[in-house]
Amino acid sequence: MSEIITTDVLVIGAGLAGERAAISASAEGNEVIILSLVPPRRSHSCAAQGGMQAALGNCAKGEGDSEELHWLDTVKGSDWGCDQEVARIFADTAPVAMREMAHHGVPWTRVKGGPAEYFIKGEKVTIEEPHEKEGLIMHRDFGGVSRWRTCYTADGTGHTILYTMDNMVMQLGITVHDRMEAISLIHEGGKCYGAVVRCLRTGALKAYLAKATVIATGGFGRIYKYSTNAIINQGTGQSISLDTGLVPLGNMEAVQFHPTGIVPTDILVTEGCRGDGGFLLDIDEYRFMPDYEPDKQELASRDVVSRRMTEHIHKGKGVPSPDGEHLWLDLRHLGENHLRTKLREVYDICMYFLGVNPIKELVPVRPTQHYSMGGIRVNKDGHAYSLNGLWSVGESSCWDLHGMNRLGGNSLAETVVAGMFCGQLMGEWANKQSLELNSGLATEAIAEQQLRIEKLINGCAGEVNENVNNLLNEAQETLQEKVGIFRKGDELEEAVVRLRELYKRSLNLKLSSSSKGANPEMALALRLPGMIKLGLCVAKGAFLRTESRGGHSREDYPERNDRDWLKRSLARWPVGAEEPEISYEPVGLLESPPGQRGYGGAENIPMEESVSEYNDQVKDKWIKEGWQDTANPLGSGLKEMVEYASTKES
Amino acid sequence: MPRELTLKIFRYDPSDPESKPCFVEYKMEETPRLNLFVALHRIRENQAPDLQFDFVCRAGVCGSCGMMINGRPTLACRTLTAELPETITLAPMPAFKLIGDLSVDTGTWFRGMSERVESWIHTKTEFDPEAEEERMDDGTAQKIYELERCIECGCCVAGCATANIREDFLGATGLNRIGRFMLDPRDERDSKDWFELVSTDEGVFGCMGLMACDDVCPKELPLLEVFAYMRRRMSQVAAGRAKDDAGTSLPVIN
Repeated sequence: MSEIITTDVLVIGAGLAGERAAISASAEGNEVIILSLVPPRRSHSCAAQGGMQAALGNCAKGEGDSEELHWLDTVKGSDWGCDQEVARIFADTAPVAMREMAHHGVPWTRVKGGPAEYFIKGEKVTIEEPHEKEGLIMHRDFGGVSRWRTCYTADGTGHTILYTMDNMVMQLGITVHDRMEAISLIHEGGKCYGAVVRCLRTGALKAYLAKATVIATGGFGRIYKYSTNAIINQGTGQSISLDTGLVPLGNMEAVQFHPTGIVPTDILVTEGCRGDGGFLLDIDEYRFMPDYEPDKQELASRDVVSRRMTEHIHKGKGVPSPDGEHLWLDLRHLGENHLRTKLREVYDICMYFLGVNPIKELVPVRPTQHYSMGGIRVNKDGHAYSLNGLWSVGESSCWDLHGMNRLGGNSLAETVVAGMFCGQLMGEWANKQSLELNSGLATEAIAEQQLRIEKLINGCAGEVNENVNNLLNEAQETLQEKVGIFRKGDELEEAVVRLRELYKRSLNLKLSSSSKGANPEMALALRLPGMIKLGLCVAKGAFLRTESRGGHSREDYPERNDRDWLKRSLARWPVGAEEPEISYEPVGLLESPPGQRGYGGAENIPMEESVSEYNDQVKDKWIKEGWQDTANPLGSGLKEMVEYASTKES
Repeated sequence: MPRELTLKIFRYDPSDPESKPCFVEYKMEETPRLNLFVALHRIRENQAPDLQFDFVCRAGVCGSCGMMINGRPTLACRTLTAELPETITLAPMPAFKLIGDLSVDTGTWFRGMSERVESWIHTKTEFDPEAEEERMDDGTAQKIYELERCIECGCCVAGCATANIREDFLGATGLNRIGRFMLDPRDERDSKDWFELVSTDEGVFGCMGLMACDDVCPKELPLLEVFAYMRRRMSQVAAGRAKDDAGTSLPVIN
């Protein structure tokens, strides 16, 4: 007998975005259940060391900051690939979100008035912090920003925010079912009814039925061989959405490589290392970044720094090692006190995982897969395209304030902001729906998954039975080698062919173990075809996008092409198809027309149409691609802003 | 010559009536900078695909991979095999419910503990979205963060004599959590509230003073100081001498 559980709102994923959305939905009077692969506090959000961007402008180097500047930095950082309206919602909401977390207990690092020492562009400087701001939330510098704006808790921002958020979840009595994995969505007639869920304690299947289903499962970095992501970031939420055949994944080719993953083990050391004044050195211990980026130096946006590092390695300036070539991160000049307090996590990581003491020694680093800008395409409310009742927030979504490149500190901030903003709209929406108890549909959906499980145990008659780990390794290596930082048409095409073949083979998996309960081989076997499908969306999207923008860099098409590619890709996977179908929509209403980022140095092919001509087509094309109705009319945020700006001028 | 390692791993599947608890030996060649995260995944990939264990961040921050390594509870991800003898015995942490093999249910234990200590800011003040954040001295923030660094790995619980015989003991992690909120000026609970919470045998007086918790904590939390402070403060409350000073700091923690 299969179990059916009902609730108003089902949140899949208990990281920051999922928990914040659950809190909002609960505040709107909904009964909420959160599912999580792991106990909530183990979610990957906890690993974010650096901080969250919000234009509070509390410290000396943050003076004069505003939501406007935060918005503009975000749009530039995205290489004009983002939805500017969403970026504005984000920048406007972020300060309130930070203050709310302060109210609920986050021990943010605070402003200390008086002289403070910093390293800025290689120089030791003393800056007078304003006494009148004493005790307000402090900021640090991050890449691609015009002001210091990153709010942080020493070296454990993600950890402290997640613990505070989970405290709020407990205080509100929100139910969390941990060690549970959603393995398919239950849907019919363009409406989502919940999910089939496998218990990772016992292996049993259950159906959860809800008015609104929210996916907040984080990124899919683990489809790459070298990723900073936690090992649970296998894109389960994106996969089950793609499996519906309806929901598109947006901008899957936009993958971020972080400049400083350590070698080996690929653990991230925070951008705060460079924000606080760390240098990148080559084999000659020469500081090369100022030669490439005289203005921003080590603190250009992540896509640019990662590319410059790769470029420099290609020039023969990398440090050879048994684990591949790398460069050095030099933190020695920051001093023991700084490294053992503000960057303690970095110190610990180097000591424990490398046996390297960063106070005295150089740290081996290389660009490593880090963030998925792409994800479940949602409208500005967080409501998924083409499937009523499915929502997504955080890294699993493509809400799309990041466009083709995300700025450091914007993703952690996005989790809380999107959870708050979209969570409330989702909660209000759920209140207007009635719960449809279609137990027949649920039983059918469970039976379908049961069949998949039996097939994995028994294998397929007359077919070669494939091994889970072998296929996973092959897929990860293909993506790593051919869909990495610098991309070429012929290699991308090879990757598509190879992944298509691996996907076919993944339909003939057979387990090599026979244990009945929560067999981890079964969990991986259930995920694997979906992971390869995500890889195919990335590879095919990257092959088709014949330009370079943000994190997507084509050696054969080095220019950013605003004439042809001011677009967001949408990958759908029709049921039974062998590869995704890719379509395109405009990036959104343009307020800031595409311009120069001031770093990165590539040429642009300009737009041919005017901004107003571009904007005129936006709404129609969105609706055509499956955009759900929004709570606020399209463009209302922008219009208000434009009106406000014009009154200020006059 | 690289060493040949023998990993003796506890195997038991409680959901399978035919499964009997036992140790199974797996052999592998040691490679440079090998840690137990990599070693266990190699075993799962090549020798025992159904072997259960828990890793998430594999970077020492999520607290998932606590296990008994040669009898001592610690994080597997940041344990280098080079620091261990050739034979490495791995067992699940005691005091938690076994899920299977090396995997234990820390999640349920920690949610239970957190609910009992009401691990959230108790305040009558409503959040005002229009207002500037309430100011806090940076020194106070750093002190709170020092105790907030607990990652709920459960090593202190597994290593604790009391926690292994008393299911309801809050453990060092629970008392540390209380300490964290006692330090926080935003939390309006007073000495009487804290007294009710901690001066019981489930709380600070259940501790036998062996202080293994302090030895095994992978985050090097100042647990010794937390216990000492807690006992002193509660004795004062009992003697009616404590001022109602929920926001004062632990003097011993710098």
